[in-house]
Amino acid sequence: MIVMPVYSEKVMQHFMNPHNVGEIADADGIGEIGNPVCGDMMTFYIKVKDNRLEDVKYKTFGCGAAIAVSSMVSDMVMGKTLEEALTVTPAMVAKELEGLPKNKFHCSNLGAQALRKAIKNYAIKNKIDIPGLTDQEEPEEEDEHACET
Amino acid sequence: MDNVAAAPLLPEVREAMMPFLKETFGNPQSLHSWGDGARDAIEEARQQVASLIGGVAEEIFFTSCGTESNNMAIKGMAKARAEKGKHIIISSIEHFSVMNSARTLEKEGFEITMVPVNSYGLVDPDEVVRSVRKDTVLVSIMHANGEVGTIEPIAEIAKKLPKDGPAFHTDAVASTGNIPINVKELGVHALSLAGNQFYGPRGSAALWVKRGVRILPLMDGGIQEGGRRPGTEDVSAIVGLGKAAEIAKTKIPEKSGRFIRLRDLLIEGVLGKIEHSILTGHPTQRLPNYASFCLRFIEGEGMLMLLDSNGIAAASGSACTSRALKASHVLLAMGISHEVSQGSMLFTLGLDNTEDDVAYVVEKLPQVVDRLRQMSPLYSKFIKEQTG
Repeated sequence: MIVMPVYSEKVMQHFMNPHNVGEIADADGIGEIGNPVCGDMMTFYIKVKDNRLEDVKYKTFGCGAAIAVSSMVSDMVMGKTLEEALTVTPAMVAKELEGLPKNKFHCSNLGAQALRKAIKNYAIKNKIDIPGLTDQEEPEEEDEHACET
Repeated sequence: MDNVAAAPLLPEVREAMMPFLKETFGNPQSLHSWGDGARDAIEEARQQVASLIGGVAEEIFFTSCGTESNNMAIKGMAKARAEKGKHIIISSIEHFSVMNSARTLEKEGFEITMVPVNSYGLVDPDEVVRSVRKDTVLVSIMHANGEVGTIEPIAEIAKKLPKDGPAFHTDAVASTGNIPINVKELGVHALSLAGNQFYGPRGSAALWVKRGVRILPLMDGGIQEGGRRPGTEDVSAIVGLGKAAEIAKTKIPEKSGRFIRLRDLLIEGVLGKIEHSILTGHPTQRLPNYASFCLRFIEGEGMLMLLDSNGIAAASGSACTSRALKASHVLLAMGISHEVSQGSMLFTLGLDNTEDDVAYVVEKLPQVVDRLRQMSPLYSKFIKEQTG
């Protein structure tokens, strides 16, 4: 029944000691992705100052990989401009984590998308247009084949 | 505390097996003294296994694993009766070896009825009887479930099934060697068991088939195991299974008393210390060594990893822990939602576990759960809703 996954050292480090966990009460943008039925769900909170991500926090329901992904994404975009943050892709996150198990790549690797949603939420609230937010095809919602219910 | 996944071989079992890996290497089918030794040893093991379940030696067929026993029973018994009808009844919480054997037969023209279970994972005997049709040739309901430990009312189902009706098989892999089993009292026609569930070697299992009940072999071959299961015998595995069966038979009462005490301590501790936790399976009609839970708002794999870092081994039926990334069909069949099933946690006690081990789990698990809940968006939503 149980198959202990073989995770990279980096994934284990971030899982055992995740960075930036939490919520931001007065967040400038919130992005939520996934759903508990699929097994993974992430909510990202951002605080923006001078077009930069002054603070990034998240809460994650999911496997070890999903938690490590959230932690890594928060590290990768902290202090970056919104445009820079939007260039982060799931593939880049996986690479920084020294790889993710193949079968978990889609379902656990939702961090970049959740962050993107948070930035979009911020843009809509403030009625601003951010390059990289609209001109890119939206990788909407969770990967369907990762969640057969 | 993941003893059903892998348990150590008992030293006595290993000792019994050693001669057959060293000097007594004869083929039991050979008509010389080397063969005689192996043949005698196999027949002794057959007697030991039969005695564990109250059967007769010649009704025992040795196989390589519980999965093979289940395949042989489902396919072999259904096909032997195909001219009478092509309807099979199983429960919705069977092991994959039963479930998928039935699915294979479905492709070959059999019809399958899956009887549901209640929230404890119990099959309703009347529901089984109601599902029986004129063309029903086989009923297979597991004796105890390997994920939640619920023990099914097999004897009651057997009593209610029509005489001269379908053949009745039970998958007793999770229960044999752990609780007393008597095939006559159960009233079944066939029963699967596996040695690795009671400190015997992996690769050792058997199917008991009541005398006179027809079954076709899965494999075509020679005369071994009465032609029902041909192929050169794995003498050491069979001898190990026999020894493990002999020991299990004498140790069951003492063992199960100890397990039940530890199990209930663990259940009490976990449910008492962790809010929003539920016991999965039946509260009392369950295997002595099974403590299984769902802990809400979090996911099983994370729990396993954190428990592992505390030196605790457990198991989970969460989607994330399965290779196919699917939630446990057993938990879903019991009416547990996908979301809640993600927090599945199973502890199975072994002979080496002590009261201190239980106390350690009861101390550490709440910390692990709390840590993951602090990270869980579901938990914070829940708390916000609670506090309005």
